[in-house]
Amino acid sequence: MVLKRILATLFVTLWSVFVMLPLLWALVTSFKPPEAVNRGATYIPFLEFQPVLTGWSNIFGGGGATTNLVPPLLNSMIITFGAAAISLVLGTITSYGLSRFIYKAGFIKNQDIIFFFISQRIMPPIVLSFPFFLMLRTLGLLDSRTGLILVSIAGLMPIVVWLMVDFFNGIPKELDEMAMLEGYSPIQVFARVILPLAAPGLTVAGMFAVIFGWNDFFYPLVLTFGQVVTLPVAILSLNATVTPFWTLSAAAIFAILPLIIFAFAMERFLSKGSLSGAVR
Amino acid sequence: MLEIKNLRASFQGETYLDDISFTAQPGRIYVLMGRTGAGKTSLMRAIGGLLPLDSGSIHFDNQDITSTPVWKRDAAIVYQQFINYPNKTVRQNVEFPLRKLGLKGDELNQRVDLYLQKVGLTELSKRKPSQLSGGQQQRVALARSLARQSRILMLDEPLMNLDFKLREQLRDEFLELFSGESSAVTFYATTEISEAMMLGFEVLVMHEGKILQSGPPSEVFERPINTLVAEIVNDPPITLLSVTVEDGAALLKSGSRIELPTHLRSLQQGDYIFGVRANDIEPASLSEGTLPCKIGFVELSGSETVLYINSDSGDMVVQIEGIHDYSAGSNIHLKIRPERLIAFDKAGSLLIAPGVGVK
Repeated sequence: MVLKRILATLFVTLWSVFVMLPLLWALVTSFKPPEAVNRGATYIPFLEFQPVLTGWSNIFGGGGATTNLVPPLLNSMIITFGAAAISLVLGTITSYGLSRFIYKAGFIKNQDIIFFFISQRIMPPIVLSFPFFLMLRTLGLLDSRTGLILVSIAGLMPIVVWLMVDFFNGIPKELDEMAMLEGYSPIQVFARVILPLAAPGLTVAGMFAVIFGWNDFFYPLVLTFGQVVTLPVAILSLNATVTPFWTLSAAAIFAILPLIIFAFAMERFLSKGSLSGAVR
Repeated sequence: MLEIKNLRASFQGETYLDDISFTAQPGRIYVLMGRTGAGKTSLMRAIGGLLPLDSGSIHFDNQDITSTPVWKRDAAIVYQQFINYPNKTVRQNVEFPLRKLGLKGDELNQRVDLYLQKVGLTELSKRKPSQLSGGQQQRVALARSLARQSRILMLDEPLMNLDFKLREQLRDEFLELFSGESSAVTFYATTEISEAMMLGFEVLVMHEGKILQSGPPSEVFERPINTLVAEIVNDPPITLLSVTVEDGAALLKSGSRIELPTHLRSLQQGDYIFGVRANDIEPASLSEGTLPCKIGFVELSGSETVLYINSDSGDMVVQIEGIHDYSAGSNIHLKIRPERLIAFDKAGSLLIAPGVGVK
């Protein structure tokens, strides 16, 4: 038993180091002066090098840099959180329907509808980029946040539906029936009984939607021309010019910071076993 | 009064309810008896509005509620799986339906306290269902259903998932609980005749979506209208023997003779099925009128020994008071108590039951 615990702790520690090390390296590098990067590997600030804010100041347009990552950050936040929120609302309602009712149209049944949603993500983005381009051009939404939100919803809703159908299937239908027998209408049952129980699932689906939306690179690249630049595209453009490592590292940390804050904020909703005791 | 008329329900070619009609009075417990898949749950779901109907009607107090939405039916179901709101405490579980009724403040608290006390959960009111035992979880479900004081209360095999001792205990408590609910029509689904005998004002024996027989439990038990009902209402299973009646005696397939008792003397010569309950067959020493048999299987059930017998006359089941040391494969002589025989015709319809005249 003790040996098992030691092995588990060792494994978790090693895994954490493996996951965290690149992030720590990027964080350390973002505070390095040029010579600390160029003269070979250094790791420990204050001991091996004196930390400076050059890299960070560069990404906010300081030190004569032409790039400022704040507008792209705002674009990314509006597009990602907007699309994720809409996807979560639409996807949750869709999933509940797919979990509770039987749909049949010819050979198309519930499983086919779920697969239809998932298939949106199976396709490589390039396949959809041309139709999306034409649609947004027709709507006059090319190079706009609204256009990118719409495209993003098409990509995020499948994730929500895929996760939430499974989650709703885990909530016994008898709970819905019981609440209805107790006087609650189907909409009240969904809002007052099912949604509170689905909070952990919604949190996971929301986190996935935000992560996927945040990291989306291809559509913002091909569907915008400079008016609306998202963070991943802005960072790429940093790389396209001669940008020093310390600035790139600062940009990388800056780009994942909102996700880390979001993940910590959401963690408390990820309570385990919220359904235990529903049905024995 | 609840009036059910010609209810039919089916889905994808499978019939769940087949022309069900009956009336039920408030303040009485109606026991739905039948094997798994007999239609007990379907009937309850239909009454609750959870099962779409092909045809038929449901009236309550002369009001047609056939198309009334579930949430306006004023019906409550206790499921066999102990269903509760897992994110709410015991108290909040009982409060939830009452809040929908508009109860608040002292009135709400008093009602909740009353029913928590009735089911013995006052001390555990702050716990979540997952922190309770199976019996306690089922009590929460029961308190929630009772507290609403619905006009129709349905209990779908509520003791099925509990262990033997807890079942006995809760069954006793049910009697006390339901006796106070005089305004509700109560349905109680079970597969056990003992529960039906204990709780039921009337038993409705169901099979394949139909009601085969209804009436007071003792009448259904004593006078099953056919061999199927006899099989459903008897536990341990009733023994059904094919016999030929001639010269005032019944000849079994093995050639053994049973002298016809007084109540069966009116039977004409011919083929019949005789039913005999497990506790009406007893082991006997070798003598005239006993049947030589072989024990196939021995089951110890509570304080009783049940023998499953293979004989040339047909398979039999014997129930003996107390725990006895019988072993499978050994030979035994059995004696049937002729005065307890039930006579069915060849098709299985009841002809004569003990203490009751020819049909």
